[in-house]
Amino acid sequence: MKPRNKRIAFVLLALLTVGAASALISKAMDGNLNYLYAPEQVLKGEVPAGTVFRLGGLVKKGSLTRSETALEARFIVTDNRGNEITVVTNKILPDLFQEEKSQVSRGVMNDEGLFIAEEVLAKHDSEYMPAELKDVLAKEHTPAPAKVDGSEIGKMTGQKL
Amino acid sequence: MKINWFKYAATINFYALAGRVIPFFWVAAVILITIGLYWGFFKTPDSLDNGMKEYYRIIFVHLGSVWMAMWLYIMMVFWALVGLVFNTKLSYMMASATSITGALLTVVALATGAIWGKTSWGTWWDWDPKLTTFLILLFIYIGYIALQSAIDDTRRSDKASAVLALVGLALVPVIYSAVNCPDPTQCSSLHQESSMKNIEPNIMKGIIFTTLGFWMYSFATILMRVRNIILQRERNTNWVSKLKEVN
Repeated sequence: MKPRNKRIAFVLLALLTVGAASALISKAMDGNLNYLYAPEQVLKGEVPAGTVFRLGGLVKKGSLTRSETALEARFIVTDNRGNEITVVTNKILPDLFQEEKSQVSRGVMNDEGLFIAEEVLAKHDSEYMPAELKDVLAKEHTPAPAKVDGSEIGKMTGQKL
Repeated sequence: MKINWFKYAATINFYALAGRVIPFFWVAAVILITIGLYWGFFKTPDSLDNGMKEYYRIIFVHLGSVWMAMWLYIMMVFWALVGLVFNTKLSYMMASATSITGALLTVVALATGAIWGKTSWGTWWDWDPKLTTFLILLFIYIGYIALQSAIDDTRRSDKASAVLALVGLALVPVIYSAVNCPDPTQCSSLHQESSMKNIEPNIMKGIIFTTLGFWMYSFATILMRVRNIILQRERNTNWVSKLKEVN
């Protein structure tokens, strides 16, 4: 084997190893990452009591209430499958924070089952569509009322009856 | 006709070639970035469906620098590997020159990301998987640069840093794929997924133009730096001492 071919073999082998390492890291990050907990995991007791953790999920529609005298805000985090946790915070909520949108809050569960958040962050998706255009598109995609003539009705009734 | 592919692997020829093409890359960079920013500022919607207001326009700098920071890392590894295999001096110099621009764009990406994060998420920084892996990319760039300058013998420093760059390559796909789950409400992350599916066409145009502009900027600065490295490393040769700009 020529020295250059040896070096090519070395480089290819190294690239293969690096690729395998990369794939393994990616796979590990998908499955074993505890960046945040979903409400379901918290309710099942997967989070040790008293630890600070991040709670992720949607802000339930109509659940956001603000105290009239203090900065305190309360809202319910849901996974839309019936698992819900009430969050209490006296921090400023971010600009993008909205009901029915994703949020990530960091804090601790108290004895009454409330999540006391010391930080509330808003999450957003990677869809960069203008607000107006999406409404137009939605209208275009709703099915128009079907034109009905005699033959159609005949077919329909024929099939249904 | 036999083409001599290695003509421009000779530093003396490449030095002259780079000097001729650098102005074109600068012009292309300025034009593309100007078009991209103009389009981004004046032809795009003022507010987005996901609730973001004008501040989302930092995307035109953020995305371009993120992509180029990752792309330049791949190019740096490419040149380092060519150096390892063919023992060409110039490819190591290319890798070395690429590392500085790459590190710089990584800083730009992190900074613009922090500003965007503060306005949209509500925080400058969070230990989200994507953010954390990108910070590690900066550390690897810095590690490469440090290793390169820590060893005086350039032949040794080139080889050692090339191996480091190669090992760090494992990180690039991880950054890209860090938690790209299909359902965003179930994602174990704060950063949105890397998806180009639903982007308004004018926003897309701005992103493409600024990204290409950053690419041209990278070519220009990398070639300028390579010319400096050539002069530095070959300062004792005959041809360098005869150059007009040296005397």
